[in-house]
Amino acid sequence: MNNPKFVVSPAPFWHDGSSVTERHLHKIYAALPAVIFGIGMYGVPAIGVVCLSVSMAMLWELLANRLMARPYSIGDGNAALIGLLFAMLSPATVPWWVVVIGTFLAIFVGKQIYGGIGGNPFNPTLIGLAMVMISWKSIFDFNAALIHYDFGFNMAYPLSMIKQHGSAAASAYNWYDLLLGRQSGGIGSTFSIGLILGGIYLMLRGFIRWEISLSFLAGVFLTAAAFHGANPVKYAPPFIHLVTGYTLIGAFFLATDDSSSPVNFLPMILYGLGAGILTVLIRSIGAYADGVVFAILVFNIANPLLDKIRPAAVGKVNDHA
Amino acid sequence: MLKKSFFGFLKPWITYTPPSKKPVVPKELPIPAKLTFIIDTPYTTTANTLLKPSAPVKACEKLRVYPEDAAYAIASAGGNILTVESFLGPFGRKQTLVTIKADPAAEMDETFAQAGAESSAAILTDHLECLPGNPRFHRLNNSSKPISTVLIAAADGDVMLDTRAQVVNNRFDAVQEGIHRLRNLTGIEDIRIAVPKDFIHGYGHIGATMHFVDTVYPAALPNRMVQQVMGVTVPAGKTPEDLGILPISVEAVAALADSFASNRPTGRKMLTVIAPDGSRQIVSVIMGTPIGDVLAACGIPVSEGDRLISGGPMTGTPLFSLDQPVTPDMDGLLVQAGDEIPSYTDTPCINCGDCVRVCPMRIQVNMLIRFLEARQYQEAADRYDLLSCIDCGLCTFVCVSRIPISQYIALGKHELALAHSAEEVHE
Repeated sequence: MNNPKFVVSPAPFWHDGSSVTERHLHKIYAALPAVIFGIGMYGVPAIGVVCLSVSMAMLWELLANRLMARPYSIGDGNAALIGLLFAMLSPATVPWWVVVIGTFLAIFVGKQIYGGIGGNPFNPTLIGLAMVMISWKSIFDFNAALIHYDFGFNMAYPLSMIKQHGSAAASAYNWYDLLLGRQSGGIGSTFSIGLILGGIYLMLRGFIRWEISLSFLAGVFLTAAAFHGANPVKYAPPFIHLVTGYTLIGAFFLATDDSSSPVNFLPMILYGLGAGILTVLIRSIGAYADGVVFAILVFNIANPLLDKIRPAAVGKVNDHA
Repeated sequence: MLKKSFFGFLKPWITYTPPSKKPVVPKELPIPAKLTFIIDTPYTTTANTLLKPSAPVKACEKLRVYPEDAAYAIASAGGNILTVESFLGPFGRKQTLVTIKADPAAEMDETFAQAGAESSAAILTDHLECLPGNPRFHRLNNSSKPISTVLIAAADGDVMLDTRAQVVNNRFDAVQEGIHRLRNLTGIEDIRIAVPKDFIHGYGHIGATMHFVDTVYPAALPNRMVQQVMGVTVPAGKTPEDLGILPISVEAVAALADSFASNRPTGRKMLTVIAPDGSRQIVSVIMGTPIGDVLAACGIPVSEGDRLISGGPMTGTPLFSLDQPVTPDMDGLLVQAGDEIPSYTDTPCINCGDCVRVCPMRIQVNMLIRFLEARQYQEAADRYDLLSCIDCGLCTFVCVSRIPISQYIALGKHELALAHSAEEVHE
């Protein structure tokens, strides 16, 4: 019999259609409202930073693939997402060379030296950002960086203000201004409503794990409430901690990086809570105005250990019992 | 094909396709011109083989390659042997493929009728090993692991299949008679039957304790079924037989009754044929029929680049040729169009954790796959529960990176078994 050739492959023969590219594309879509708001606010310089950051991240990825003789992986959208997040965290005035160096560090040091996507123990964006932030402090000091911008609302960086003046400074901000993005900060990290909507979208679609995001926010809120309760004058009320600085972008876009966060239920909760608590500890009694970057990086280290807390497999035979 | 739901934070929820409410009269296929049988014996030499080309074969004759072998196939129709050749089964298992040119005028083999008169348990292994539903009665004879319970699976293990449900629907009397026969022959009192939960009819007295299994995949896979029916968990790396439980397809039970009624081992089996568009047909077909004939009779065209699957979409095995026969364990024949076939990639695991959340056995698949990719099979079994896996395929179904996880797992189990049997030989 004349037999046609068939595709032979092992079971299962169905797939639910998800893909890595889809996952990262949707994360980018969810970030877009906040990015577009930032561009609308800061204009051309913000466009420059976003475009440069995304394209440089992709270029570094390509170069890393080439140098390491690995298959090209820019198609998976991860490099673009890293670049976009880097731009969202930066002030609109960040110099071009900081973007170039920052994305280089994010892609090479944060991701590719560990073998690329899935191998990175830390969030690559935060690795890049933390390094340039420590190296050139003044560039990421939002009060100094955005001094020439005046949009007719309180342009003092809220976290610096409440660190120095406590609750007195917090009363200078309206809650709706903070929600609507009328505050100073990174290009894509100030538009709270946009970030929240993007986060809800990602959680519903399952592109990020809701346990991490919500427990992170809970950790921030509870710790800030505890500080505020202990000393209402020195420490600002908890709400302002939720909608300023990198809290929301951290909860929905940074802490939820797939590779550097746990996958089991209890570890996800602990990871989120821990990073949230550490964020407020750094903000309240640490050296930095915002603690999100370092808090998440520290809990990235704890991730493999946390993920050891897992249910026993069905039918597991325990030889040591 | 099932797609991910919009609300991706929910666990994928694959339910078994409900059986047709009304009994479907299976489409009966005639005896084909050519029949093929696979015998689980390596074809090493032609010297003392019992199978000579052009030799006549009686209908229902036992086909063995060499006189001393236990493994056999039953020629479901008589004729003349065309070819005998070596055949590679799953994982390179060496088997023998016998092709017979069917002859309707062939004589009937009477050895079963003679043996049936005595009615001893040996008849199960000697003549009925290859009944439709692949009962593998030799599992009853392992003296170190005596069987105390027979668990009749009347729920189809894989999604899309309707074979066992149709057997229960259409052949209720035969099932009842088969249970009776089985109890008499084996002396096992504890016979249970597992039916899907949404499948309640007036069953009356079937002669076995009735249990219901969940309708969410993979509830009807053997190990999960044992858990629901018996309330015991099959330990990692063990089989239900190790616990004294013999899972057996309801089709084999019905066929047992048929065989005694007609005085010959039944050669016809039911088959769910699933077209690329998802439509199902139930056919009754002589075992050994080339699948090409089955597909032609069902009017399903196949072309280069399609995928043919024996069984269902989650746990089936691929077929590579239209000449391959309908085997006793084939409950479904699924055709996938070439452009419907999802591709695997070499993207590494991104640690999204979807597999961990979907795994019914609570295995840390994200860690397991890292060990398997590095070929650390023993570590994978010791630390990340490789042997707890029941091969349901859900992790691979949801994998964002599209890693062939199930393939890695199958390979890991196989390599581990090889290493262990080599150790035993060495000792």
